[in-house]
Amino acid sequence: MGKTVLTGKHFWYGNIAIAEGAIAAGCRFFGGYPITPASEIAEHISKRFPEIGGIFVQFEDELASMAAILGASWAGAKSMTATSGPGLSLMMENLGLGVMMEVPTVVVNIQRGGPSTGLPTLTAQGDVMQAKWGSHGPYEIIALSPDSPQEAFDLTIRCFNLAEKYRVPVILLASETVGHSAGKVIVPPENEIELIDRKKPTVPPEEYLPYKPDEDLIPPMAYAGEGYAICTTGLTHNEKGYPDVSAETQEKLVRRLNDKIRKHMEEIVDVEEENMEDAKIAVVSYGQVSRPVKRAVKMAREDGIKVGSIKLITIWPFAENVIRKWAKQVELFIVPELNYGQIYLEVKREVAGNSETVLVPRMGGKLITPQEIYREIKKVSKK
Amino acid sequence: MSHKMTRGKKPLLPQELHPMDQWLRSERMPHIWCAGCGIGPTLYAWVRALDTVGIDKDKVVYVSGIGCCGRGSGYLDVDGFHTTHGRAIPFATGIKLVKPDLCVNVISGDGDIFSIGGNHFIHACRRNVDLLVICTNNFIYGMTGGQLAATTPIGDYSTTTPYGNIEPPFNTPYLADASGAVYVARWTSIHVRLLEKSIAEALRMKGFRYIEVLSPCPVNYGRRNRLREVDDIAKWFWQSSVIRHGADTREVQIEKGKPIILGNFVKREKLSYYGELKKLEEKVKRAAEAKK
Repeated sequence: MGKTVLTGKHFWYGNIAIAEGAIAAGCRFFGGYPITPASEIAEHISKRFPEIGGIFVQFEDELASMAAILGASWAGAKSMTATSGPGLSLMMENLGLGVMMEVPTVVVNIQRGGPSTGLPTLTAQGDVMQAKWGSHGPYEIIALSPDSPQEAFDLTIRCFNLAEKYRVPVILLASETVGHSAGKVIVPPENEIELIDRKKPTVPPEEYLPYKPDEDLIPPMAYAGEGYAICTTGLTHNEKGYPDVSAETQEKLVRRLNDKIRKHMEEIVDVEEENMEDAKIAVVSYGQVSRPVKRAVKMAREDGIKVGSIKLITIWPFAENVIRKWAKQVELFIVPELNYGQIYLEVKREVAGNSETVLVPRMGGKLITPQEIYREIKKVSKK
Repeated sequence: MSHKMTRGKKPLLPQELHPMDQWLRSERMPHIWCAGCGIGPTLYAWVRALDTVGIDKDKVVYVSGIGCCGRGSGYLDVDGFHTTHGRAIPFATGIKLVKPDLCVNVISGDGDIFSIGGNHFIHACRRNVDLLVICTNNFIYGMTGGQLAATTPIGDYSTTTPYGNIEPPFNTPYLADASGAVYVARWTSIHVRLLEKSIAEALRMKGFRYIEVLSPCPVNYGRRNRLREVDDIAKWFWQSSVIRHGADTREVQIEKGKPIILGNFVKREKLSYYGELKKLEEKVKRAAEAKK
């Protein structure tokens, strides 16, 4: 057997860091389909998995990939896929099934420019809203956004932990620049990596109800082949897992599917705040854009501008309490993002007219530079 | 009876028991299927074959897609996965590769497997994934009310071919054969004993095994195609079918007015996908050891 956790210091591309993060998290099933700019993840896994007893399958399309990782998870494996926008569009069908059947799994999206085939080789952050509600029906999802290879490694592990804990598909919303830029990645010793595994039933099969939640709203999960005669369906179902297409059952089930995320916001939501203590201006960013923001805030602080930064590590659920809290102190929020305003709308909604919100959009293809963000901070500080 | 047999169900009186009760989630009866439907007899043949071969019920996995047949996975007392339209095969592939000791079956309809799921079917054949796929082919979209299927014979009427179908249907055994399935057979839901034998034979094999089961849909297919009575389609199957084991699959296309060829057409030996994966792992291991 080869080594599973490559403890030590590495110089890795973000995509390699994601693959190694998944392996370190215990992922042993990967189903995927080639797509730029995410293919290196599949390529790396295809090389690593035979060494460590994992199963890699290159499927015929993203529909099959997403379906297969759900099946693999039901058989007890930690599973994942990796894709980009056009592939994520196809995965939405079975992502919805994953939400409904409550299947822990991880979907990596290395964002590229869209709509449609868009900019296959160039970066963007246009899939933020797709990550939230790209599949039909009312549901909540968890999505994290890394800004560097190190964070890509760390957050991939966190994605698996969150998926296992809350029994949901979790999305790692990275971008081309993160996937294709190399940087230092420190992999800790195996025993220092905290891993979470899904809850298993503690009752005998005759008492087991596959969709009866515990107090935390999450039901324990039996695997295929353990004698529990699991019954599961994408249809609205009761606690036995039997189809029950009534308004009452729908109400109860869908509320719980949403509430198991909403009621654990505090545990799930993660942000990094810098220079916020006395800030009158706050730059809200996520993923790769957080890096030029860091520099821009430093430059503006040198000019004596009271500006701080809020970096969203969790994209979904949205850090609404954080924004609401700072809206009492901050007079103006700047939201630079590589789209035409997605997280901007969330920030604006939470600010609720208490402060001003300014969008700094770029449609993708190239980064927003520190100077551009700095100029924006300068401009609004004169208001 | 052990818990495996009852799983906490209320014990039934002997006269209330269905002969296959140990396989059923009796509390879910009545089922949704119409009188004259062929899905029930197909499942009956399947569970009898599982009994014959002696497969542990706890190791049986039933994956289905969407449609009338898709509901079957919720009626049987085994691990049942009612998935999305057309995706039963890749979903089942994920289960089987992670737990190769399980007996993983996909039982779904023709719309599910050959229209929306057609791509998955041919690729699973090509990979030779260890699955038994049974397709109940009723020539129509039953659950949605009788629309054209990829298996509807030329000239037939459906709600979306009000002037008759102009599209040639798939010859599904030929498709499976050409794509690499190791076992290919066709029966009808009225040939229950022969179907059961065929399923038992397939259950004893590894690799991708495909059985097409022609199945009457009196309500949504028969009604519009001069096969209105509940047993008209069964009669058509009975009168037109010819059993020809080992028949050339190129010659088994279903055409109205011509014999329906049934039989066990293909049986070949080939290492399954999982077998290939294990071989690959060995190769990688040996190469790593040689490096040391």
